[in-house]
Amino acid sequence: MIGTGSAPSPFGQLSGPTVRKVKDPFHGDLLEVSMGPQHPSTHGVFRMDVTLDGEVIVKLKPVFGYLHRNHEKIAENTSYLGSMPYTDRLDYLSSMSTNWAYALAVEKLAGLTVPDRAQYLRIILAELTRLVNHVCLVGFLFNDLGTSFTPLLYAFREREKIIDLFEALSGSRMMCNYQRFGGCRVDPTPEWLAAASRLVDNFPSFLDEYESMLTGNEIMLARTQGVGRLDPKHAINAGITGPVLRASGVNYDLRKVDGYGFYPRFDFRIPLGDHGDTYDRYMMRILEMRESVKILQQAFRELPAGPIMDPKAKLRGFRPKPGEAYGRLESPKGELGFYLLSDGSPNPYRYRVRPPSLINLTLLEEMCLGHTVADAVVILGSIDIVLGEVDR
Amino acid sequence: MSVTAEAGTFLERAPLVLRDAVVQWFPAPLQWLAHHLITIVAILAVFGVFFAFTTVAERKLLGRLQNRLGPNRAGLPWIKGSKLFGLTQPFADAVKALTKEDIVPAAADKLLHFLAPVLVVAFSLMTFAVLPFGRNLIPVELDAALLYFFAAGSATELAIFMAGWASRNKYSLLAAMRALAQVISYELPLMLSVVPVVLVVGSLSTSEIALAQGGWTFGFLPHWHVFTPWGFFGFLLFLVAALAESNRAPFDLPEAESELIAGHLTEYSGFKYALFFMAEYFGLTALSGLGVTLFLGGWQAPFAFLEFIPSYAWFMLKLIGMIGFFIWARGTLLRLRIDQLTRLAWQFMVPLALINLGNAAFWALTSGWSGPLQFVRWGVSIALVVGPFILLGRGLNGGRGPRTYRYATS
Repeated sequence: MIGTGSAPSPFGQLSGPTVRKVKDPFHGDLLEVSMGPQHPSTHGVFRMDVTLDGEVIVKLKPVFGYLHRNHEKIAENTSYLGSMPYTDRLDYLSSMSTNWAYALAVEKLAGLTVPDRAQYLRIILAELTRLVNHVCLVGFLFNDLGTSFTPLLYAFREREKIIDLFEALSGSRMMCNYQRFGGCRVDPTPEWLAAASRLVDNFPSFLDEYESMLTGNEIMLARTQGVGRLDPKHAINAGITGPVLRASGVNYDLRKVDGYGFYPRFDFRIPLGDHGDTYDRYMMRILEMRESVKILQQAFRELPAGPIMDPKAKLRGFRPKPGEAYGRLESPKGELGFYLLSDGSPNPYRYRVRPPSLINLTLLEEMCLGHTVADAVVILGSIDIVLGEVDR
Repeated sequence: MSVTAEAGTFLERAPLVLRDAVVQWFPAPLQWLAHHLITIVAILAVFGVFFAFTTVAERKLLGRLQNRLGPNRAGLPWIKGSKLFGLTQPFADAVKALTKEDIVPAAADKLLHFLAPVLVVAFSLMTFAVLPFGRNLIPVELDAALLYFFAAGSATELAIFMAGWASRNKYSLLAAMRALAQVISYELPLMLSVVPVVLVVGSLSTSEIALAQGGWTFGFLPHWHVFTPWGFFGFLLFLVAALAESNRAPFDLPEAESELIAGHLTEYSGFKYALFFMAEYFGLTALSGLGVTLFLGGWQAPFAFLEFIPSYAWFMLKLIGMIGFFIWARGTLLRLRIDQLTRLAWQFMVPLALINLGNAAFWALTSGWSGPLQFVRWGVSIALVVGPFILLGRGLNGGRGPRTYRYATS
């Protein structure tokens, strides 16, 4: 009998292990534990109010907002360009993608075009960001699974290399602030491109090493397979996107669906999972990294020469015509969208972010019910959230 | 009870000679007391220092496993720029732990909160009393030494439960319950993995078990229990159960950092925390010492020509090897979940340990077989453990395995 005693979830109940009722006079007391906001495994200041029957979760309430910074209101009081560095702070692990999503929305609003070289650079940087994000996620997931930092530090070794590239290009390791409306800020030198290309060529060997040690590990399989199932119907109903959705077997990747940027020119595949459990979500990241490497190699091969900014674009005194635009892209975490409403002034009248992290969190309780505390931590780790984006 | 120095080289006899010399200074009625006090002081000093350097070794080895350096800064405070490869780090840590504020939660049970770290160290130190550190070098010669070891060793779990209960913290309580579930599950395979040794040697005394492993086949193959099929298998079971008993990764559930913050240690700070830390390492050292004694030949040298090296040096070398293995496991493995942990114990290790007991009985019965029958003996003995291992392992696997993935066509 499945039931949490609380109001029924709008998404219905997921099939999973039997969970006892929260109000149950015939059994012993339940233990209410507040995991977070200061907890080693909630990936920031996130809190889960869990109700436990022994170690089994019978109720879970995600609590967020500890990192709320009024991002959207601040952006409405700032010029369009002024918000660009602020978007870095949304998903601070993948600022290049976030920048691009914002630039995409503004370009739609103002009708700007992007030169070919800038389009290629954007794809290169977005895919490098995907590598950074996924490699971090996989490392942190193993940390949640109880390794004493070893896989995380191996992952961070690779992350450092890519982040050094970002620093060489944009001047900042994490808060890159690189994209501009109608192009990119800096043109990379040939040396930078050669170094990045070398890194990308060496990346699959790192993945092979990582996978040979961890993917087939008995404990890893026992801890992740069948844990935190998410079936496609619920995932679609809740608006979940990104690798979490694809792990449930739904073929939905904005790089293919929207074909934004120059992605239609690229040859890559979308991996899909069949079980929708934590192991599938882990494997989606690994397989996506392998596809990203393919995209990157093609991009380095085909990168054209030319300008990196639309000559019509002007950064100062930028006033788009009244109208609205929604720009979205496949960030490493899912569909990241920016909605802008312009009234012709230098500031957006309405500025709204659709953060994938927040929306992917909505089914956390359904995924965790009936599993233990240890699993909840792992399931949360496999969803891949960044609190900067959840709370904004 | 009082063993006197007799055979062996001077180095071999040195600790006993020293002890006897010091005891002579005391008046005759007090000599028994002096005899024991010296032993206690020696164990505290040797294993206190050993504990300090184990922590540094662990941090350095873990660092290397994780491609970083580990602690390498702490040198001598009065010499500027001295680094000493960070070897003085544990002393700096001790000073830090001693000078930190000792926080006791307002709602805690003050007495139990204080008592738990004291008891956990006391119990873990008690286990050292029956370990033979060298030839004739055993603190207390007990006939039921193994029983005593397990009794004292599992009492530490009581102190851990005490700590978890007294802290009045939900994470601590969960950890305490996990600790109890774990110790109840793993005490059994740990003991059952040891029983074959008792069966074959015919004694519960650790010094006699160590003595029984002396000698070599063909002059180079030592008669250690680990070199027999039942012994090797028993050793593996012992290693896994010892990992679980000492709450080390991958069985460190009571202090699972990513789930329960610090488990039963959440509300402990300063020197009380350091005491728990110390007890954990003492427990680890004692269990490693027991493993060395039972399966790795105790203080016996691996080759006849290496016998000139004192027996206690061999014991320490093997001990360091065992602890190195535990550190390696910590740097490599993931943590099991509590239900998987108990399932592993009851469905896999206990049946295997029982089968291994029968295997040891077969080995003891067929000790008279020689010539070609010797090969039959080995073959049967290996088959007796490998077959059930594979069968039970399949049951444990539960249809999990690597998967293949499809790609979207469009």
